[in-house]
Amino acid sequence: MKQYLNRIWMTAGLIALATVAVQAQTYAVRGEIVYTMDGEPIRDGVVLVKDGKIERVGAYGRVRIPDGYEVTSAKVVTPGFIDAHSVVGLAGYLNQPHDQDQLDRSSAFQPELRALDAYNAREELVVFLREHGVTTLHTGHGPGALASGQTMLVKTTGETVNEALVDSVWGVAFTLGRSVSGNYTNPGSRSRAMAMLRTEFLKAQEYAKKENPARDLRMEIMGDVLAGRVKAVFTVHGATEIQSALRLQREFGFDLVLDGASEAHLVIDEIKAARVPVIVHPTMIRPGGEAANATMEMAAILHRNGIPFAFQSGFEGYVPKTRVVQFEAGVAAANGLPVAAALRALTLGGAELLGIADRVGSLRAGKDADIALFDGDPLEYTTHTVGVMINGRWVSTATR
Amino acid sequence: MKHYLFLALALVAATAQAQDRPVAVRGGTVIPITGEPIQNGVLVVHNGKILAVGGANTAIPRNATIIDATGKFVMPGLVDTHSHVGNGDGGDGSAAQHPDVRIADAINPRSDTFNKARAGGITTVNVMPGSGHLLSGQTVYLKLRGDATRIEDLLINRTFDGIYGGIKMANGTNSLRASGGTFPNTRGRSAAMQRQLFLRAQEYQRKIREAGDDASKRPARDLQMEAMVEVLEGKRIVHYHTHTHYDILTVLRLREEFGFRVVLHHVSDAWAVADEIAAAGVPSSIIHIDSPGGKLETIHLTPENGAALERAGADFAYHTDDGITDSRLFLRSAAFGVRAGVSRAKALEAMTLAGARMLDMADRVGSLEPGKDADFIILSGDPLSVYTHVEQTWVEGVKVFDRANPEQRPYATGGLNAFDDAVLHVACEH
Repeated sequence: MKQYLNRIWMTAGLIALATVAVQAQTYAVRGEIVYTMDGEPIRDGVVLVKDGKIERVGAYGRVRIPDGYEVTSAKVVTPGFIDAHSVVGLAGYLNQPHDQDQLDRSSAFQPELRALDAYNAREELVVFLREHGVTTLHTGHGPGALASGQTMLVKTTGETVNEALVDSVWGVAFTLGRSVSGNYTNPGSRSRAMAMLRTEFLKAQEYAKKENPARDLRMEIMGDVLAGRVKAVFTVHGATEIQSALRLQREFGFDLVLDGASEAHLVIDEIKAARVPVIVHPTMIRPGGEAANATMEMAAILHRNGIPFAFQSGFEGYVPKTRVVQFEAGVAAANGLPVAAALRALTLGGAELLGIADRVGSLRAGKDADIALFDGDPLEYTTHTVGVMINGRWVSTATR
Repeated sequence: MKHYLFLALALVAATAQAQDRPVAVRGGTVIPITGEPIQNGVLVVHNGKILAVGGANTAIPRNATIIDATGKFVMPGLVDTHSHVGNGDGGDGSAAQHPDVRIADAINPRSDTFNKARAGGITTVNVMPGSGHLLSGQTVYLKLRGDATRIEDLLINRTFDGIYGGIKMANGTNSLRASGGTFPNTRGRSAAMQRQLFLRAQEYQRKIREAGDDASKRPARDLQMEAMVEVLEGKRIVHYHTHTHYDILTVLRLREEFGFRVVLHHVSDAWAVADEIAAAGVPSSIIHIDSPGGKLETIHLTPENGAALERAGADFAYHTDDGITDSRLFLRSAAFGVRAGVSRAKALEAMTLAGARMLDMADRVGSLEPGKDADFIILSGDPLSVYTHVEQTWVEGVKVFDRANPEQRPYATGGLNAFDDAVLHVACEH
């Protein structure tokens, strides 16, 4: 399946390349300060872009802007931001039944649901995030089911999912906690949920041992999880649920990513010892329900403990229909997270967590030309995003 | 949390005693709202009121307790014109209009949600029943004093005598019910039911007038009609939840017909009818939400609403609608307003004095002027910066939040058991 999609992606890429050959796309992006995330920020820096990729980065003067390169200047230049967990594209801004595809309520366990089958590349919220400088999304099925389905990586560009795809299957979205029993009659309790989950993993282990089994979509993806080919993304809030996820990981050996984790501060040593990354809950998450004990200092706590983390927009049933990662990172920076660490988590840190740091997350020669321009400190409330480039094309010149 | 509460009460008591002496905050940038910011300014308060506001040479009483605010900003306590803190409720499912219902009868004065608001610098708040009714009840204006054990401790004049709140009305989809019955299921029916209520109130008012001093001719007391007569007399302000441009115009039409005083709330399409709103001279209480959408009637909500109203010459204030947005982060509203084109001065006024006007409290709160209530906040930096914290919140000369106090810090940051009784109202408000 993944191979098939890669083929589609490559075809799209070839078409793009063909277009490029006709009309060479060369740009110079100049910034009073350029946060490359690849060494110290550069004062009066230049990023050269050619054919969708970053060609060269350096101080103005040391890097000569070749003739014919279209120059755009801004106060602050950063890599495009990475939203490390979203439902945008599946959960639309109208919030009506026809645009809410993040959670199928027919069964609590459906890891076989693919994200790309529901992604609306032209959704308003995709445009909204893009214009704010978010260029890469980890998106897909949402929290609220034992396994709601799969997640994927996309760029916030393209008119179809194929044009947007970076990785068609990045993870399976699992959730532990009271919200699951709120959405489904089975499981009706958290301990029943764990029994069901363990049973499914055991079945997948058996399936993986079979030679030429009848194809079973559910068992195939669970096998991918067991083999570490795709991530197990566990949305958990309570310390009990965080510990349950870690216990499951020890039992079945999958590649665990903790998501939300608003009580991580209560079990921080265990998370650290397990060496699992955390996609931290939105800093401004409402302190109620399962997230009642959330703290705005969570990102700072993770940073202090050396736990890899990234920011997410998360999921809201009502408003804001999407959050914006740099707004969440700004509040984290106001609550103990060093600004440099906040910017890193928005870019290279996110890319590393998602395993795509070879392509995005920093301004370095050879990487995708995903660039965001600002008229001030990107974390500050009153700063505007003034330009966004994805894959070497200007996708927004709006002031947002 | 209970021993924290006890400690907090002890601290508050200690601070209250200290109020026998004047308090002078000096060295910071003082933003009085009614005038230009004062560098190296001085604010002197005593007995719950502001004594003096001015520059570095402002006289400070000899016995004053001095607070050094060097490098910090001092401004009036924030006024939140629309919130659901306090764990209150409102009208029930028995009818669509409940002018007799007082949210003040349902609020928990010790609610942790008030600590969220204090941590966000909010000192005056209009607590509203929800928008799931055409008229869900009477709102209550509260001063967030720190020692509250009875709702009276929070009422603006510590008493149920006189006017201590407005009335909440709504149109648009929240108050529609598909099942109908006692509720409307169309906008036309909504307006007809509201007009009928006003007509009843006019009739009741006429009977009272005609009775004059003759008690025997007065109509029997009617709690619903008494509140509505206060509305007709302009003593009780209507806080009207409305979103679409045509629903907003319906509110203006009803106001024209019955002459009540109204504040438009949320007003998602304000940008589309800003001139009509300005021409009517009606103020708006608006909200900042980080992204568009959520329901059909709010899909055109834009952060540019404030700028559109300011350009049109219409008054506006911001509100949290807590739990829709978080009281602790209320100052963001002004910053995002400026980001979208509101002037800095108006944005700060929209957090303070403009809101005070909408609650008929501008003579007491919303600006730093001698004689007004000593409600102020000390900020670590510029009020519009993401990096700025509310360091201290004072109500009537008493410190009710101090970020430097380890027992109170979690009210700002969150953390284990920071908000024991926080309840989310996300589904039914906004």
